[in-house]
Amino acid sequence: MYKPDRSKFPAKDKKIELSSQKYVKVWQGPQHPGVTGNMALEVTLSGDEVVDLKTHVGYLHRGFEKLMERRRYIQCYPIVCRICVPEPDTNEYLLATAIEKLSGIQIPKKATWLRTLTLEMSRLASFLMWIGGQAGAFGLGTVGQWTVTHRDYILDLFEELSGGRVYHMYTIPGGVRDEFPNNFAEKLEKILQKTEKLLKKIKIMMFDNAIFKSRAKNLGVITSEMIDKFGIVGPNARAAGLKRDLRKDEPYLAYQELDFEILTLEKSDAFNRAWLRYQEMWQSIDLIRQIMKKMPQTGEYHAKVPNVLNWKIPPGEVYVKAESTRGEYGYYMVSDGSEYPRRVYVRGPSYTHAMAVLPELAKNVNIADLAGLMTSLHTYPPEIER
Amino acid sequence: MSLKDILSPFYVWKSAFEKPYTATNPIEDRPGSLRYRGFHQNDMEKCIGCGSCEKICQNAAIDMVTVKGIETTKEDSGLRPSIDYGRCCWCGLCVDICTTDSLQMSNEYIWIDTDPENYRFVPGVDKKSWDKNEKGYNRSQGYQLLHAQRIEMGMLQASDSVQSFVEIVKGYSKQKAIEEAQRCVECGLCVASCPAHMDIPQYIKAIREDDLKKALQLLYETNPMPSTCGRICTHRCEDVCSIGVKGEPIAIRWLKRYIIDQIPNEKMKEILNEQFTENDKKVAIIGAGPGGLSAAYYLRSAGYKVTIYESKEKAGGMIRYGVPEYRMPYDKLDKDIDYIKNLGVEIVNGKQVGKDIKFEELDSQFDAIFFSTGLNIPYKMEIPGENNERVISGLYFLDEVSKGNRPELGKKVAVIGGGNVAIDAARTARRLGAEVSIIYRRREQDMPADLEEIEEAKAENVQLITKAIPVKIEEKNGNLLFTWNKAELKNVKDGGRPKPVPIKGDLESIKVDTLVSAIGQGADYSFLPKKIADMLEYKHYKVKINKYGQTSIPKLFAGGDIVNKTADAISAIADGHRAAKGIDLYLSREKF
Repeated sequence: MYKPDRSKFPAKDKKIELSSQKYVKVWQGPQHPGVTGNMALEVTLSGDEVVDLKTHVGYLHRGFEKLMERRRYIQCYPIVCRICVPEPDTNEYLLATAIEKLSGIQIPKKATWLRTLTLEMSRLASFLMWIGGQAGAFGLGTVGQWTVTHRDYILDLFEELSGGRVYHMYTIPGGVRDEFPNNFAEKLEKILQKTEKLLKKIKIMMFDNAIFKSRAKNLGVITSEMIDKFGIVGPNARAAGLKRDLRKDEPYLAYQELDFEILTLEKSDAFNRAWLRYQEMWQSIDLIRQIMKKMPQTGEYHAKVPNVLNWKIPPGEVYVKAESTRGEYGYYMVSDGSEYPRRVYVRGPSYTHAMAVLPELAKNVNIADLAGLMTSLHTYPPEIER
Repeated sequence: MSLKDILSPFYVWKSAFEKPYTATNPIEDRPGSLRYRGFHQNDMEKCIGCGSCEKICQNAAIDMVTVKGIETTKEDSGLRPSIDYGRCCWCGLCVDICTTDSLQMSNEYIWIDTDPENYRFVPGVDKKSWDKNEKGYNRSQGYQLLHAQRIEMGMLQASDSVQSFVEIVKGYSKQKAIEEAQRCVECGLCVASCPAHMDIPQYIKAIREDDLKKALQLLYETNPMPSTCGRICTHRCEDVCSIGVKGEPIAIRWLKRYIIDQIPNEKMKEILNEQFTENDKKVAIIGAGPGGLSAAYYLRSAGYKVTIYESKEKAGGMIRYGVPEYRMPYDKLDKDIDYIKNLGVEIVNGKQVGKDIKFEELDSQFDAIFFSTGLNIPYKMEIPGENNERVISGLYFLDEVSKGNRPELGKKVAVIGGGNVAIDAARTARRLGAEVSIIYRRREQDMPADLEEIEEAKAENVQLITKAIPVKIEEKNGNLLFTWNKAELKNVKDGGRPKPVPIKGDLESIKVDTLVSAIGQGADYSFLPKKIADMLEYKHYKVKINKYGQTSIPKLFAGGDIVNKTADAISAIADGHRAAKGIDLYLSREKF
């Protein structure tokens, strides 16, 4: 019987020669449950250890930025929500704000609060979906079942508020499209309580779990030196001790009037990143409650905008940003004075996390942990391939 | 890692005893929420086929299509949105932009069909199970993507306007005009309803783009009297404007006025840059009203030698002698006329055809003749006492004032009639210092005069006496005593205006110094030789013409109030343009 010579693996050659038969190249994705969406990982393995990894995108075939150059400003608005499916409101908010800033439109106070609310609701929904994926990647499928259901409860609320479950298209240039429906506050509170109950269960099931702990701890450590070098943002950076959150540092919408602290941890490994996001979910629930309490009950929710079919925006450029679940999300918009945007650039935090950080962190990781590592960076491919 | 960490995952077993999250029967209907953006509904009663939904749809999922059973009318393009659900992204912008609120969304989202073609249909026409569903997305009240309110036009206060003949409407500034032009959705319903079919959406677009040169060129393509029409047009375009369904229509007339007022007289020629080669054919035009001037312009720009014969001292016709200066300042009218004159059109003033020049003379000298002599014989009321010298016609009165004369009216004046002439006469009399009452047979809402004119007249303290049928005029103690019979209105069968019927014995009267009769006017064909007049065909005292504006005598073309029913400036201009094309065809082709 052939006995493999384990001493050769993993090979530590300086140059990877596939013909040396010490390496094998496999593709994880684009059709793979361990890949977060429309992307693929080209993995070079030696034994079961990753020695090299390249991220491939190009499976989306949309070209959102280019599409927008051929559309009137208002017509961009149904497109942008698709750039991040689990958390579309950040995109809607940023597009609307870019347009408003360029054309000097002041939105009513009530609209800022309603926008803040949708951003926090979608943050919670996005985290719920993510934590299911994170747990699932380490074999805890049950958590995924629970959280996706609870995300659906929030989508139910979005459906009541905006008429759409996934693509809300609620935040429109000038404000928002409608007021609260009847009994919305009560329904929201009920769902928040349900989610709190779920989060307590997740703590027991996931964070007090020997398997999760042993696999996630020390997996994919982001050092503080890496943060600036790679441009790491959001919970990935905060878990490494960087105290940066746009909601606090450069408050937008109604965040200035909300009471919260930036959460940080000491060491950014997969476990701590998950733990930080878990804490931020609690924070998000608290913020939603604060918003509902402090929001003005009456008032206008949409400012007067020019006839949208003929909307021309004065020449200029603007960069607007917001803190999404993955970190700083930005829109750079240039207007040449015509009815169409000259250029819209979408800065998605997933770009650096998936394209640069992941290949760096994946080295020397066991292939079984690769899916968990990838999910722990919380990336959404459409942000990369806009 | 502790023992707790190893045991805690077993906590999941507890869930086995909990109520499941998912519905037990997923086949069961889960209705969409109250605002759900599901399949579209379209209210056929409301939809006017403006096509804004098609324009805003970024997926090109909406096509405007013809639909069996829906006729094209002036207010309705006859097209309806057909939605392709293979493309629709359910954003609901089409619902938000809908100018009539006819398009909505139901909360239905499940529909199974084996034929993919069925996923493209016309909501409201192709019957679907959700047509009557009242739940679903519609635009909320506090949110709009269009502007329903018109940009306010600066006007003189009634207390000031009544003091003088200064133009009441001040006109838009550049910023205001651009803002007003912004409101347009370019549906084009206005083009169809304008008698001259002016390219309104395009010149409004040119205003938006601040390209007044292009705007002016567009105006002259179909209307050589923009300064006139920008002031006194009956603006039927605005009546059908899709923005007007829910809000105030675009101020199309004021926008036209803005274009022409911004361009100095001396720049007109340079901008319009008319290029034509002269030909040796000659055309005579009788009457220098809007019809004649329009025909002259288009004939001249096709190279014909054009001579207009006008009985009055100045050109302009009813625009000059029938419309008061506060609505149509003479210098603005001259701007239109001067441009046409400068092209090389000869206008012979003060020569009445049939009196100063024989019609036969024109017949022999010119290759074709166009006449638009208008309606200038006032109708009689046919009541006793009408021949009193203090009973004057509205046309005579306005004519005198236009010439600069100020007829002695006395203190109290009554104007009989409900048309624009009556209102103009009444408001002119107010400016001469008289107390004025308008006496009309039907109700206020039946008055043929423009609504805004009626409102302005009331603001200038003109009294309105309605449902009054004239009975007699008597002279008593140096005053005129005008008596009328109160009327009640009876609906007529064919759906026309209701008929006033006198209430027996209910007589009322008013003492006045002067009575102005303005109950309408008829055509005067006395300038035509009897032979020619007999050869022409008529319908309801109006000359019958074919689609080229040609009468039953091939050489003779006609237009304006003596031809059309609407009897307004823009129709006359359209007639003039049509006849010019007809004459061009007639003279340049062997077979016609």
